[in-house]
Amino acid sequence: MLKDEDRIFQNLYNDSGADIESAKLRNDWNGTKEILEKGREWIINEVKSSELRGRGGAGFPTGLKWSFAPKEVGSRPHYLVINADESEPGTCKDRDILRFEPHKLIEGCLIASYAVNAHKCYIYIRGEYFNEGQKLQTAIDEAYKNNLIGKNALNSGWDLDIYIHYGAGAYICGEETALLESLEGKKGQPRLKPPFPALIGLYGCPTIINNVETVAAVPTILRRGAKWFSSLGRAKNTGTKIYCISGNVNNPCNVEEEMGVPLKELIETHAGGVVGGWDNLKAVIPGGSSMPMLPKEICDNIKMDFDACVENKTGLGTAGIVVINNDQDIIKCMARIARFYKHESCGQCTPCREGSGWMWRMLERMAAGEATPDEVDMLFDVTKQIEGHTICAFGEGSSWPVQGLIRHFKDEILERNKFDPVVKKNKNIPYLVDQHLLEKENA
Amino acid sequence: MSVKKIHKKQPETFKFNDKSMEAANKIVSNYPDGKQHSAVMALLYIAQRQNDNWIPLQAMKYIAKFLDMPYIKVYEVATFYSMYNLSPVGKYFFQVCTTTPCMLRGAYDLVKVCKNKISEKENVLSDDGKISWMEVECLGACVNAPMMQVNEDYYEDLNDKKLEEIIETIYQNKTPKPGSYSGRINAEPVNNRKTLLGNKNA
Repeated sequence: MLKDEDRIFQNLYNDSGADIESAKLRNDWNGTKEILEKGREWIINEVKSSELRGRGGAGFPTGLKWSFAPKEVGSRPHYLVINADESEPGTCKDRDILRFEPHKLIEGCLIASYAVNAHKCYIYIRGEYFNEGQKLQTAIDEAYKNNLIGKNALNSGWDLDIYIHYGAGAYICGEETALLESLEGKKGQPRLKPPFPALIGLYGCPTIINNVETVAAVPTILRRGAKWFSSLGRAKNTGTKIYCISGNVNNPCNVEEEMGVPLKELIETHAGGVVGGWDNLKAVIPGGSSMPMLPKEICDNIKMDFDACVENKTGLGTAGIVVINNDQDIIKCMARIARFYKHESCGQCTPCREGSGWMWRMLERMAAGEATPDEVDMLFDVTKQIEGHTICAFGEGSSWPVQGLIRHFKDEILERNKFDPVVKKNKNIPYLVDQHLLEKENA
Repeated sequence: MSVKKIHKKQPETFKFNDKSMEAANKIVSNYPDGKQHSAVMALLYIAQRQNDNWIPLQAMKYIAKFLDMPYIKVYEVATFYSMYNLSPVGKYFFQVCTTTPCMLRGAYDLVKVCKNKISEKENVLSDDGKISWMEVECLGACVNAPMMQVNEDYYEDLNDKKLEEIIETIYQNKTPKPGSYSGRINAEPVNNRKTLLGNKNA
């Protein structure tokens, strides 16, 4: 288990309060000015050598992303945007940072905006987190009052203004370009990439977008050194991460652990084990609902980091671990996730708009045992046609969980869906109709 | 994309009151000159709060004029995002999360209670007109599942009994206490905490 002193988010459980006095006791805002004085190059290089990867799901190296921002500010100002639109089912880590560790985030914003030459920072918080946003606003006001941000922040000569922008309940706005559209006051429909936001982003200006957890981790990394951070975990998968463990466990919780911690240890030690014991485990979704699930055999040994998850045909994503035990109907669970994606598709690309609803209806039929065996293969085929054929990664996000289900639990689906319309009922109606549709009232 | 119905009975006019106007002007000043369109989401939200938690068409027209943008653009935004109510909701608007992590921990028991105690169908006011409810997608408090949102507050770690109590409290003209109903104030593992114990005991 990770030592307590190596945990970045010391106030994850709000033991000591989120106000600035308590935050300073936890070492926040300690030596921030000296960090800024070391210069842009140093900050970016240090973040690069810490091998910090974005915590928002894609795992893109943060230092590299920052280095994409133009070195000199041209005619267009630069912007820093913080993505706090946490909506991935199974994930609730950013919420705890916003309400309990807001000063880590604000300090991170100052350092990041200095590194990418931005004088304005927008924090996009999902609309449901209204109370969390108010807490962050209180912290921002405290920071202004203490001259930690604002004009000539910390007497470093750097100006920074931080504004909060509330979303209004659209999952898709967690996608970075949809978030920018939403910030500009439009529908949250993703843009084509390239051009990437680092060159043409908010209002057509260079924009760097980072997740809350990524930015909040940066001050501690710079204070304690990239070496400390990269000594945790393994190469390319360094540092610590907040894991959210929910579902059928005895003590669902958020916990900060080292990268590459075994999944079994997380569930058994921190979350009090699976309801009904480890042998009652059916499957685990390791990284928020968009990532394919893992059956028990893989869960026994898998380590939770980016590369180990990819090796097992899934992804770490946001590290929202959803545990499903044998008491649950796994097909029904996935059908509910498919309904989530059907509800949240922005409607821009046809494969996603039509496909997500189709997958949901298909899975509901499979859960009820009304599908035919060959429809299982058809469903898999359709997921392959959605994946990679959409503007943003929502297509992957909606089709991967279905693929994961079919990959690992195909036998179970086939077991339930033996219905064959041709063989079963051809006696009453002599002409060609969709026999199985006649059975339903509202077909 | 959710299907949204515009309410049939629309008010004739809509205007920001002084408080809303002040808030709106402050929001607009957050954005660079000429980029006031960015404020549309926040302004719709302000209008919704002023108008008993729903947005009439007149408010969209008013905001369009206020921000100097086409009415259809405001309409687009109001119908795209799910948190804007385009028809009246109860004074206490229950939004029960039923996405998989909550479902695994019994969110549909909560839905059953809502059906019994509030109204058979979603978005229909209860008999005394105080409460309405609907199923929503993930609210981002999966560790505290099952949970629901009432207006701006989260009610976490619920079960059917606790939800019944909450509804009863409202029927008795009291406001129920928000937060977790299992005693925790955060997302720690109850009775099983193994980390940061030094801070806890400090």
